[in-house]
Amino acid sequence: MPEKNVDIIMDEKKINRALTRIAHEILEQNSDPTSLVIIGIITRGAILAKRLAKIIADLEGVEIPVGLMDIGLYRDDIQSNLDQPIVQRTDILFAVVNKNVILVDDVLFTGRTIRAALNQIVDFGRPKTIQLAVLIDRGFREYPIKADYVGVNIPTSREDKVLLHVKEKEKSDKVSIVRADKKTAKKKTTKGGK
Amino acid sequence: MSRLSSRHLLGLEDCPKEDIMMILETSNSFREVLERKVKKVPTLRGVTVLNLFYENSTRTRISFELAEKRLSADTINFSTSTSSVKKGESLRDTVENIEAMKLDMVVVRHGSTGAPYFLTQCMDANIINAGDGAHEHPTQALLDMYTIWKKYGKFAGLRVVLVGDIKHSRVIRSNIWGLKAVGASVALCGPSTLLPVEVEKFGCDVYTNIDEALDGADVVNVMRIQLERQQGGMFPSQREYTNLFGITKERIKLLNKNHTIMHPGPMNRGVEISSEVADGKNSVILDQVTNGQAVRMAVLYLLSGKQEEGDE
Repeated sequence: MPEKNVDIIMDEKKINRALTRIAHEILEQNSDPTSLVIIGIITRGAILAKRLAKIIADLEGVEIPVGLMDIGLYRDDIQSNLDQPIVQRTDILFAVVNKNVILVDDVLFTGRTIRAALNQIVDFGRPKTIQLAVLIDRGFREYPIKADYVGVNIPTSREDKVLLHVKEKEKSDKVSIVRADKKTAKKKTTKGGK
Repeated sequence: MSRLSSRHLLGLEDCPKEDIMMILETSNSFREVLERKVKKVPTLRGVTVLNLFYENSTRTRISFELAEKRLSADTINFSTSTSSVKKGESLRDTVENIEAMKLDMVVVRHGSTGAPYFLTQCMDANIINAGDGAHEHPTQALLDMYTIWKKYGKFAGLRVVLVGDIKHSRVIRSNIWGLKAVGASVALCGPSTLLPVEVEKFGCDVYTNIDEALDGADVVNVMRIQLERQQGGMFPSQREYTNLFGITKERIKLLNKNHTIMHPGPMNRGVEISSEVADGKNSVILDQVTNGQAVRMAVLYLLSGKQEEGDE
């Protein structure tokens, strides 16, 4: 991948500020922090979910339960894929009934992942509300889904790739856009989704 | 993305280690689904599965049917006693008629070795072997292996003893291939009349003395002694089998401290296994049943992917 096609759009500081603001907004919208639970979509949403919970714990002194969710079994393209997605573990060790669920993912794109996650959460119980928090909204929605809390809105073209690197997996925190090569971009038709 | 090397599960002989481990790892995710309040996921919506059982079965059949339902597949059950097989229809004709009804997957149990393979030759559906003659019973072996893997987290260095009718047991056969592929050490033990010719070709340690077989082993998987074999004169009496091969409280003292007792069911309590051992703290016999569902869900899920054009 040639370097010139890669733009860094968020560094560690910017990511932390965005998460801190989202944490404040969540607390503003939900007056009782004990009603909150956070569910992160594996893998990167789950990492952000843990960080958000920590920020809220530091602000309010309340431990918010964090769950991890793999949406593989709820995808809408299972029958059309050649290979089956690897199913990872879903760990939701608390009741979601009557809770305000904050669903966390890294990048909001077509909305298909979120649709699958919403269905899965409802199978665990009937929450009071589900609110969506994402670090990056890059547009190109295919389903009618809107985030309640957004770190940054980034204009992209459909074929670009938006990548979140995190300290937990890579060396540093950053968000980068890999710009699609103009020539190949025209030929390619992406279906979107993760 | 993951994909098994075959679109059917006919047996574990020649099944690559990577496939086995992929099934076991995927089973772990489905094991979690079974702990949920709603034990159902929409994954196989629109997929039709036929359970084609030419032999009696309670556990395997219910387990497959539940696994299919928990994945939201549509299921059809077929048993010979209520079907046109009674009117003399051949397997091939039965299958071709069923195929004409547009099925996606078939789970088959049949008294003849190779019946599942035969189906792959005359149907487009994915075929899962649920036991064929004295050949293989791959999902049973996979659930045994998953149960071992879940407890010990590994296979290398473990010694597994399979006790019973080595000659006729398809569960033992599948266990041998599977366990050897993932690197466990396998020992076989049974009466010499129930050892197959050329048993050494399995490449396992073979014992006719149970105490020698159990000495220092980690897992003992006890097979049901098929009482109908007694009429065939394979062993003199049930009591003699119990005396020579029965797994008792005294005998399991020979095993390693952190040992595991397994039995695929149905058990003859007091014959091949004593009640104290079957209900003891090291017994995982009921876990096997629960794990069986997760393993069967994993197999159905992994085989259900769409195939490439011209893919065999």
